[in-house]
Parts: sequence; structure tokens; C-alpha cells
Amino acid sequence: MLAGVLLLIFLPPLVAKDLCKDSQDGFKVRLSIKTGLGDDAYEWNESEMFLFRSTLAYAMRKHSNQDTYTIDNILVCNDTQRVSFVFVVTSTDDPDQLIPKEQVELAVRQNKHRINNAFLLSDMTLEFMGIPPTLSAPIIYDTEPWLIVFGVVIGAVAVGIVALLMSTVSKKRRAKEKAAGLSEEDEGIVKENGTALSSLGRKEGVYNQAFSNDDRFTKL
Amino acid sequence: MKLKLKLPNPGLDERIPSHAELEKLELEEAGERPQWDNKAQYMLTCVGFCVGLGNVWRFPYLCQSHGGGAFMIPFLILLVLEGIPLLHLEFAIGQRLRKGSVGVWRSINPYLVGVGIASMLVSFMVGMYYNTIIAWVLWYFFNSFQDPLPWSQCPVNENRTGFVSECEDSSPVDYFWYRKTLNTTPVIEDSGGLQWWIVLCLFCAWTLLWVCCLRGIETTGKAVYVTSTLPYLVLTIFLIRGLTLKGSVSGIKFLFTPDLDELLNPSTWLDAGAQVFYSFSLAFGGLISFSSYNSVHNNCEQDAVIISIINGLTSIYAAIVIYSIIGFRATERFDDCLNGNILTLMNTFDLPEGNITESSYDGFLQHLNSTVPAVFQDLQLKTCDMQTFLSQGVEGTGLAFIVFTEAITKMPISPLWSVLFFIMLFCLGLSTMFGSVEGVVVPLQDLNILPKRWPKEVYTGLVCLVSFGLAIIFAQGSGEYWLALFDGFAGSIPLLIIAFCEMMAVAYIYGIDRFNDDIKFMIGHKPNFFWQATWRLVSPLIVLLIFLFYFVTTVSKELTYIAWDPQSENFPTLETKSYPDWIYAIIFILSGVPALVIPAVALYKLIRNRCCAKEEKHKAAEQLYSISDKIQIPDELDRASRSLH
Repeated sequence: MLAGVLLLIFLPPLVAKDLCKDSQDGFKVRLSIKTGLGDDAYEWNESEMFLFRSTLAYAMRKHSNQDTYTIDNILVCNDTQRVSFVFVVTSTDDPDQLIPKEQVELAVRQNKHRINNAFLLSDMTLEFMGIPPTLSAPIIYDTEPWLIVFGVVIGAVAVGIVALLMSTVSKKRRAKEKAAGLSEEDEGIVKENGTALSSLGRKEGVYNQAFSNDDRFTKL
Repeated sequence: MKLKLKLPNPGLDERIPSHAELEKLELEEAGERPQWDNKAQYMLTCVGFCVGLGNVWRFPYLCQSHGGGAFMIPFLILLVLEGIPLLHLEFAIGQRLRKGSVGVWRSINPYLVGVGIASMLVSFMVGMYYNTIIAWVLWYFFNSFQDPLPWSQCPVNENRTGFVSECEDSSPVDYFWYRKTLNTTPVIEDSGGLQWWIVLCLFCAWTLLWVCCLRGIETTGKAVYVTSTLPYLVLTIFLIRGLTLKGSVSGIKFLFTPDLDELLNPSTWLDAGAQVFYSFSLAFGGLISFSSYNSVHNNCEQDAVIISIINGLTSIYAAIVIYSIIGFRATERFDDCLNGNILTLMNTFDLPEGNITESSYDGFLQHLNSTVPAVFQDLQLKTCDMQTFLSQGVEGTGLAFIVFTEAITKMPISPLWSVLFFIMLFCLGLSTMFGSVEGVVVPLQDLNILPKRWPKEVYTGLVCLVSFGLAIIFAQGSGEYWLALFDGFAGSIPLLIIAFCEMMAVAYIYGIDRFNDDIKFMIGHKPNFFWQATWRLVSPLIVLLIFLFYFVTTVSKELTYIAWDPQSENFPTLETKSYPDWIYAIIFILSGVPALVIPAVALYKLIRNRCCAKEEKHKAAEQLYSISDKIQIPDELDRASRSLH
């Protein structure tokens, strides 16, 4: 009688261990806490393992949309000092049946981000052997940043070219007028109301004696 | 002194302005020829022309590969014996004859016009490919304004399970350079089509150059205040940044560790000589042009010495900065390699983290090797050797676009360092391009091929436009291979020939006596024995030796190029491939045509003189009775009267 009772008590964990150890549907997990967190690293203990099992149960719940998954459905074995172990997921209906590998993989992939965050780790430091991490989507810009900088530079260059060419043209025009103004002086005719262009040729202008600036004589 | 060899040179006095005429020019400030606003502009332009990309990415590599600190010895010796004399020669002859390269050689002897034309051709071809490198620098500069930098991580493949395979096998920086920037084809025959982003960057580079060179030295003189000084500022910033990074000192130590045995190797001396020669941008004609805008009594001897010293010191300074960053990168790579191995060991043997540290790594390896050798072999641990990392691919474009960019991604605030670095490279390249454009535009004006009344803006614009059009070949998929071809053949051999001809022309055709008198007139004292010995014997000999060495090695070996071929067995190592046969025609055009122009033009002039000599004799006999033959109108009066109208 006693033997029977003892067997009944110890059988489930033994069976559970067998389910975990020999199964094809298990995944090896590896954590590199010290690499990931450095000085803020926490100790890996039973409580952390409890958290892991519960997050996996959560992942299974979300994936299968069944609220029946509990922490007892996640079986763990092959614990090492490295902090690596193997886990399997048992079905909610039948504790001896395991959820196939593909289902577990999908569940983990969908929720990897939440699992990582629960442990403050990343895809590099919390590895599921055989489940490649889904890499973040590449950043897609509306306009490539390099085109923006290119546009700015080309705009500045265009402004520079136009400014320099305009200054050359206006310099040439002024030089032509200066030459035209000089040649008029040679003829000896000075036009008072001459065209603005020709008077620009002479810097001094015409001295109008009607208006004289003799301030120095008017001081009292 | 001893018998000085001088070849007969009739009519020299008619072709060049005399000392009296030069004094008059000085006082009148003849407005036709452009002038420097101040001495600083001239010095900065020359320093900018000499200090270029080679100082940053060729000299440090040569230093490290030829015995570190010991390389300084041949470099400094050849700087003094080869660089300074040639520089002084070009400055003096430009300042004395007050013309660009074609004008100067035509004044010395009309048969020597070929030397000027060869300079122009070489300046044109080198300018073409040099500005393409600037276009690449601009591309990287434009791409530096984002975080994370595009070359810091591999792009993901379609189903987001991993990285693109080409990137996975090599590295993100390699992938960005060879695939995203160049989009290289595996072989040079495969053109790969035009890469539109490179065409845009080329367009940007050439228009930027045009806006700075628009009115010749009027505009470049202003631009050099920025382009010649900014590199020094950035180098200093990088030095401070570099020295605060881990592992930088090991890089500097690696650079300067002297290996005196290298001095016995002749290729060390030849590489030092070649580096000094190319570093000074001699024989391009640009320096002669720049010097001709100086006042007649400018102290060109002092200028030559100062610029040479600045160039040498800049090379050494840049080498220190570059290698401090390379030391940092090598240390990072070494640490990554070691940590990767430690991780592998921990994962295989399920050891807790922190059990193996970098210091206990070696001890642990030995322990493993003795206890479980079989497993140990299977592990395939990578060998982490600091020396290998320090000596990885560190010259040329590989240094700037692969090694340095990788180092930048490992620094905090990477985009800032990237922007600074590429601005520095851009300024270094642009200031060299100013001299190149000058070396093409001024001979074009002197040769009177295009109408003289066209303004300078049209000349510079035309040169930039044609160069841009031809440089499109570098925007193809195979563009990098073409650039390496140009780099190897357009700039190397013709320049040596031109420099040799320059020295022979000045020393023996112009006459060393006359040249000494000219320098005495210009700066007040006759050049001393050092200049005499170097101009007449030592420098030409060194240039000849370097030329012979290059010629013999190029002709004797089979010509190969290194290609990026993802399909090759040794990928990601670059594969050595041999050129197709039609490349030899291209090489002949690049190297042979400038060199052969010198004798060809002389021959052409000889034939023309011979057959036209008879006709001229008839004409001279007819005109004996006109007054204009008896009265000689001096040249400047003629010029002055022309400018009034």
C-alpha cells in the first residue's frame, strides 16, 4: 500500500523528467546574464526559473489563445552552471503529451520581445537554440538622408555660382561704363543732365558751386 | 668654376622679359596678370596643393611597412635632396618668367613646349580620377548624417531571418563600400552600368570645384583659407579623441617601432623617393603657375623650404593620428575575437560566466588541450593576433573607407566623427584639385586653342565639364578598377619624365649661370653650393633612378588588379586577376602619350621650322624697306596702349 502511494507521489516528476530529457520537442535555452548586464547582473535562482516558466506559459497562452496553460505545463531539465537548460511544453489536455516543436517555436518567436524584456536581456544574451531571432525591420526613410544633404550642398553651390557670375557681369558692365565715361571726357563736353550711366564713369562728379559746404567759416 | 655644360639656345633674350622689364612690371602693377592678395593666400594654396590625400593614406602605410621609425631616415634625406630642390626650381622659374607651365617652357625654348603640354595632360588625367575619389568622400559625407551609420550593421535579408549573405561573409563596412557605394562588378570587363548616386556625387564634386575655381586664383585664394586650414584642425581633434581611446598607444608604437634592417632594402629608398616626389605635386605645372603670380622679389627659396618642412611634418602628424585610431580598432577587434572564443568555450563546456577572463584565457586553453584534445580541435577557435589586426589593409581607399569607417562606428557619437573625417578628406582633396585645375586651364590659355576673349569662367567651366563627362567611366560598376588603373599609370611614370626634363631644361638649356643670376636678382643672393649640386646632379639622378626602377618593374611583371568577387573561393579576401589584353592600349594612352608628346612636339616644330624657314627668308628680304623693321617697339608699351582702348 505504502509502496503504491510512494510510487504515485514520485512518478509524475520522474515521468516529467523523462519527457523533458528524451524529447525531440524540447529547446535548449542559454542565458548570458553577466555579459548582458555587467554590474547589474542578478543571480540565477529558483525564483528566476519560476519567472521563466511563467513567461513561457504566457507565450503559449497568447499563441494558442487558450487560457489553460499554467506553469506546470513547462518542464525544465539539464540545468547547468552556464545557465542553460532544456524545456518542453506539455499539452493542457494530456500531461503526457508534448506540444510539437513548431508550435513552441512560433509561440516563442511571436513573444520574444516580451520574454527578453522580462529578463532585461536581448536576443544575443537570451538564446533559444534553433530559433533564429527575428531581426528588427530596417529603418525605411521617406527621403534618404543623404539626398537631403546633397540637395542642401547643391543648392548652396548653385547660389554661389549665380552670385559670382552676377558679380562678374556687373563688374564688366561698370568697367565698360567707366571706359565710356572716360572717352566722353576726352571730347571735352560735360553733360549736366547727362545719362546716369555716363556720369558713373567719373568718381568725383561735378562740383556745383551754388551749394558750398563752408561750415568752417560760419562758426560763431 | 668648372666647365658648365650649356646647350645652345639662340633667341632666349627675346623670349623672356629682362631684369629691367621685370622691375618696371613690378612698379606698374600690370593689371592683366592675376595677383595674390597677400602672401598668406599663396602659402596656403601651395601647402594645400602639396598636402593631399597621399599624406593621410599613403605615407602612414609606407612608414609602417618599411620599418616604422626607420623609414623617417630615407624619407627625410630624400625630402632634402629631391623635394626641396625641385620645389625651389619650379617656384623660381615661375616667378622669373611669369608664365604658366606652357609659357615658361616656350620661353626657354620653343622646342620644349611639349613639356608644358605633357604637364597639362597629366594634370587633366590625374584631376579626373582624383575628383572621383572626392566624389566618393562626398557620398560618405552625405551618408554620415544618420544614426546609426549605414555601414555599422548589415542589412537584413527578405524574410528577416539573417543578414545579407555577402555582408555576412565579409563585414558591414566592406559591404557598404563595395556593394552600396561602388556596386562593383567581379571583373573590369564587366561594366555594370552607371551608378546614379555616384554620378550625382561626381556632379556635386565638379560643381563645387568649379565654384571655387571660377575666377582662377581670385576665388581659390579665398577658398584656401578654409580648405587648407580645416584638415589641421580636424587632425588635432582626432588626435585628442584617439589618444583617449583604448589601444591607441599600441598603434602609435606599432607605427614607429624602428626596424633598421629595412634601410638595407632598396625598395624602401625607392618608395621614400617616390612618396616625396608625388607628395610635392611636382611636374603638374600648377606650382609654376601659382609662383608666377608672385611679385618678382618674393623670396622663393624661403618659401620652398617652409612648404617642404610643412609637408613633411604634416605627413608625420597625420601618420600619428591615423595609427592611434588604427591601434584602437585593432584592440577592439582583438577583444571581440577573444571574447568570441571565450563564449564558445563557455558554451561548449557549460561553464558559468566570468570563469574565463582575458588573462586566464591562455592558461585555460593549455589546460583544455592537455585534458580533452579531441574536443579542442573540433572547436575551431579563431586565432586572435594583435599584429595581424594592426597591419590589415591600411593604405589608400581601403584605409579611409573601410578601416577608418569601422573604427568610427566603434566610437561614441559616431556620426560626428564621420562628418569631421570626411570633411577633412574633402578639404585635402579639393585644395589639391585647385592646383590640378590651374595646371590645365593656364596652359590652355597659353596655347591659344580657344578664343582669347573668352572669360576665365568659361575656361574653368569647360575644363570642369569635360572632366566630369569623361569621369563618368569611374561611375560604372567597374569604376574602381579603372581608377586604380589611372592611379597606377597616369600619374606615375609621365611625372617622373616631366620632372627630369624640367631639371635638364633649366640647368642646361636655360643655363645654370643665367638661373643663378635670376635668383640673385629676385631674392638678393646667389643660390649656394647645395642648390647647385642638387639641381645639376643629385636630384636628376634620383628622379632617373626612380623612373628606371618603376619602368623596369612595370614592364617586367604581369599586370594584375585586385577585385571584389563574391563568387571567388577566398571571399572576402580580394582576388588578384590579370588584365585583359586591350588594357595595354589604355595603359599606353595613359603613360605613353604624355611622355611621347615631349619629343613629338619638338619634332613637329623642327619640321615646321625647316620647311617654313625658306619662305621666311623670302619675306624678310621683301620687308627690308619698311620702317617697322628699323624701330623696335618695346613690348610693355605696346601692351599698355592696347589696354587703354
